[in-house]
Amino acid sequence: MNTVVTAQNLARHYEVGGGLFSKPSVVKALSEASFTIEAGKTLAVVGESGCGKSTLARLVTMIEEPTAGTLNIAGKDVTPDNWDTLRDTVQIVFQDPYGSLNLRHRVGAILEEPLKINRPDMSAKERQAKAREMIELVGLRPEHYDRFPHMFSGGQRQRIAVARALMLEPKLLVLDEPVSALDLSIQSQVLNLLLDLQERLDLAYLFISHDLSVVRHVADDVVVMYLGRPVEFGSKEAVFGNPRHPYTKALLSATPSTEPNPEKKRIKLEGELPSPLNIPDGCPFAPRCWKAKSKCREQRPDLMGEHPAACWYPEG
Amino acid sequence: MADVSSSTNTTPTTTVRPGRFKEFWRYFRENRGAVIGFYVFIFFLIVAIFAPLISPFEPSTQNRGATLVPPAWQDGGSWTYPLGTDPLGRDMLSRLIYGARYSFLVGTIVVILAATGGILTGLIAGFAPRWLDTIIMRIMDIILSIPSLLLALVLVAILGPSLLNAMIAIAIVLQPHYVRLTRAAVMTELSKDYVVSARVAGAKLPRLMFVTVLPNCLAPIIVQAALSFSNAILDVAALGFLGMGAQPPTPEWGTMLAESREFILRAWWVVTFPGVAILTTVLAINLMGDGLRDALDPKLKRS
Amino acid sequence: MTLLNIRNLSVDFDTAGGQFRAVDGVDITVNEGDILSIVGESGSGKSVSMLAMMGLLPWTATITADEMSFDGVDLRGMTAKSRRKVIGRDMSMIFQEPMSSLNPCFTVGFQIKESLRIHMKMDRAARHRRAVELLDLVGIPDPEKRLKAFPHQMSGGMSQRVMIAMALACKPRLLIADEPTTALDVTIQAQILDLLTDLQKETGMGLILITHDMGVVAETAQRVQVQYAGQKVEEQEVRKLFAEPHHPYTSALLAALPERATERHLPTIPGVVPGQYDRPEGCLFSPRCRFANDTCRKTDPPVQPPELGLARCHYPVNAKEGVA
Repeated sequence: MNTVVTAQNLARHYEVGGGLFSKPSVVKALSEASFTIEAGKTLAVVGESGCGKSTLARLVTMIEEPTAGTLNIAGKDVTPDNWDTLRDTVQIVFQDPYGSLNLRHRVGAILEEPLKINRPDMSAKERQAKAREMIELVGLRPEHYDRFPHMFSGGQRQRIAVARALMLEPKLLVLDEPVSALDLSIQSQVLNLLLDLQERLDLAYLFISHDLSVVRHVADDVVVMYLGRPVEFGSKEAVFGNPRHPYTKALLSATPSTEPNPEKKRIKLEGELPSPLNIPDGCPFAPRCWKAKSKCREQRPDLMGEHPAACWYPEG
Repeated sequence: MADVSSSTNTTPTTTVRPGRFKEFWRYFRENRGAVIGFYVFIFFLIVAIFAPLISPFEPSTQNRGATLVPPAWQDGGSWTYPLGTDPLGRDMLSRLIYGARYSFLVGTIVVILAATGGILTGLIAGFAPRWLDTIIMRIMDIILSIPSLLLALVLVAILGPSLLNAMIAIAIVLQPHYVRLTRAAVMTELSKDYVVSARVAGAKLPRLMFVTVLPNCLAPIIVQAALSFSNAILDVAALGFLGMGAQPPTPEWGTMLAESREFILRAWWVVTFPGVAILTTVLAINLMGDGLRDALDPKLKRS
Repeated sequence: MTLLNIRNLSVDFDTAGGQFRAVDGVDITVNEGDILSIVGESGSGKSVSMLAMMGLLPWTATITADEMSFDGVDLRGMTAKSRRKVIGRDMSMIFQEPMSSLNPCFTVGFQIKESLRIHMKMDRAARHRRAVELLDLVGIPDPEKRLKAFPHQMSGGMSQRVMIAMALACKPRLLIADEPTTALDVTIQAQILDLLTDLQKETGMGLILITHDMGVVAETAQRVQVQYAGQKVEEQEVRKLFAEPHHPYTSALLAALPERATERHLPTIPGVVPGQYDRPEGCLFSPRCRFANDTCRKTDPPVQPPELGLARCHYPVNAKEGVA
C-alpha cells in the first residue's frame, strides 16, 4: 500500500482579539487530528460548522503551519521550508465554484497558472497542450479554453476547479465540500467525475463534507469531528452501520432521509454548538449528550477501542 | 452518459448572451444623467483635442482695439468675438477652448499620478502585516484630516507656483482616497477562495498582488478615478484662482477667473463663461461617474 | 378550505438580454392545515413565484396571473397599502439567511414588538408579554433575557428561531418558509424542521416549504410540487411522489440521490438547467430527458390528469395501464 499522507496529532490554535491591554484568547480550531490516507482511497471528514474541517484543509494544503503535530506528505515531513517543493503533491477544490475562480482570467489562464508558477521551464505551448488535455478530461469542451468563468454554470465551474487542481498531477486532492453548493442534478455529475478521476489517476482524497449521504457514497474511511477534535474514526461501514459515538448517532439520525417514513424517531439534540472560544471541560459533547454522566463533564475521553470513539460510554 | 469525458452543455442556443461591454452599456444607459454627462464629456474632449482647428483666434493674441467686448447677442457685441473679449482684448471663446486642453491635461495627469501611487500603497497596505498596515493607514488619515485645498496650497508654496507643481500637489492630496479604496477592496478579495487556491498553487506575493487580486479590485477604482478627475479640475481651478496654479497668460479656467476678478461688476462675461465651463465639465464627469458606479457595482446589478 | 389559490402565474424579468421568463404558468393551491413543498433546483422559479405573490419583486418584473387570491381576496391589482395589511399579518415569510434577515442595529425584542405594534395595535405591556410568549413558543431558553440580545450575539439556529417567532407574531394563516434550513447545520436543521411542523400542527396554518433538499421534503411535506425552469412539472402527495414519480425529471432527480445509489456510479441528468439564453423549444426538459423524441422537442407538453401527478409531459413514466 502506498501511503500519501500521514498526520500525527495535528493541532492548530489561533489567537483572537487581544488589544493593547487585553490578553488574546486562544481558539483551539483543531486538536489531536491523526489519520493516514492511501493512494486511491478517500478519507471523509464529517462535522458541523466550527468542527475544524476547514482548518484541517488549510493545514494539509500547506497554507498554514500547524501549531503542533507532524504532517508527512508523500514520505516527506512537511515544514514551511519545503512547502514549495510539495505544492504539486496536494491541491484543493473549494465549495463555492463562484468564489474559487478568478473572474478576470480566462479558463486557459486559470488552468495554466499552477504550471507557470511551479514548472517555469515548461514552454507556453506545452502548458496550453496540458490545459487542453485537462479540459477534455473533466468533460468540458475545447472551445471553453478561451472563455471567462462567468459564462459557466455552477457545475461547469466546479469542473474547471477540478481541472485546475489536477494540472500539477497531485497525489492528494483536498475536496472542501465540493458538491454542497451544486444543484442535485449537477451534484451527481461532479461526484461521478471525482470518482472516475480517482480510479484513473489513483488519487487520494481528503473529502470534507457535512452531507452524510454524499459521504456514505464516496468515502472509504470516515472521521467524525466535533469542536475541533475527532470523536470517531473508522471504515465507512463501521461508522455508518455501527456508530459508537453518540454524536455520530445523532448526526446520522438528524440527516433527512428521502424515504418518507413518519414513524421514524429522531434523536433530538438539545442546544447549540458551544463557541470554540470556551470549549467545555471534559467531553466537549457532554452538554448536548442525552447520556452524559458526571464523569463525562469532568474528564475528556480520548479515542479508544478497535473502532475508536472518544466516549466514555460508547454505543454498540 | 456519466463517463469522465462527457460534455455538459448540449442544449440549443436560441439567444446570444450579451458581451461584457454590451451589458455594461445597458446598465450605464439606464441612468439618463450619466449618458448626458458622458456626451458632454466627449464634447469637451473633442474640443480639447481639436482646439487649434476650432478656435477662431490664438488664445493669447491681444487686440488692443477690442477690449471687454460683450458677447455677440448683447448691445455692442460682434460675431467676430462670439463670447466677447477679456480686458486685454483676447477672444474669450478661444481661451475657453484652449482652457479645456489644460483641464483635461490636469485631470488625466493628476488621476494617473494619484491612482498609481494610491493603488500601489493600498495593495501594500492590504497585504502587509498588521503593523505596517497600521502605519500606512495612519499616515493616510493624517493627510485626509488636513483640508485638501490648504494642503495643496502648502505643497505648492514649498514647490513653487506652477501648473505642474499644482498637479503634483493635488495628486498627493487625492491619493489617500485611492489607498483606502484599494485596501478595502483587497481585504474583501483576500478572503475569497480563488486567492487561497492561487496560494495552494504556490503563487508568491507579487503574483498574488498584481495578477490575482488587483484586476478584481478595479471596478471601484475606476469609479473613483472618474470622480477624482473632476475633483482635480476643480482643485486646479481653485489653485489657479488663488494664483498658485497655472500662471497668466495660460488660458486655464481658474486662472482666467482670477485675472478677471476686478471686472465682475462691469463685464459679467469674463467671469461667467470660465465659471460655467468649470461647472459643466465637473457636473458632467460626476454624473458619468455615478453611471459608472451603477454599471460596475455588481450589488446594484441584480435589480 | 382553500387558503391560497394561484392560477397560471407568470413572471417576466426585463434584463440586458431581453425578456426572461422566470416563472411560467405555475398553479399553486394551499389549503388550511396543508404543508406544501415546492422543490426545484436553482433557477426553477420557486422563490420568485412566492415573492411575486407577496409583491416583493423589483420593478423590472412583470407579473401576470389568471387568478391570485388569498382567503378569497384577490391579490392582483391590490394597492401596496392594502397588500401590506395582508402580508405580515395573515401571510408571512421566513428566509434562508437568518443572520442577514434580522436588522443588526436593533435588539431582537424591538424587532418582534415592531410587527406586533404595526399589525396588532397592542399596547406596550401586551406586546412585551406576547414577545416573551413567542420566544418561548419557538423554544428559545430564557426569553426575557433574549429579548434584549442583538442579532450578532446569537447563533444561526437561534436567529432562525427568532425569525420564526417574528413570522408567527400575528398568528398568520399562511407561512412561507424559503429554504429555512439550508444555511444551518444538520442537527440544527432537524430542530428547526421539527419546530416548524409542530407549530403548523398546533396552529393549523398553511405552510409552504421551499427547498432543494429532497430529504427535507420527504420528512416534512404532505404534498410536493416539483418545478423545473420556471414550470411546475409535477404535483403529488409526498409518499406517492417518492414511490412513483411521473415526470421523467422527478424520476431522474430521485435516482441521482447518492442515498439511493446502488452502485458507485450515480445515474446523472446530463446537461444543465436551461437559462435565459438557451431555452429549448417544446418541453423544457427535452434536451436532458432520456425519453425525449421529436414530439417533445417541438410541441409543448400537455398537463396530465391528477392520477398522473399533473405531470407536464408527453410520455409520463410509471403510468399504469388504463390510466394514460
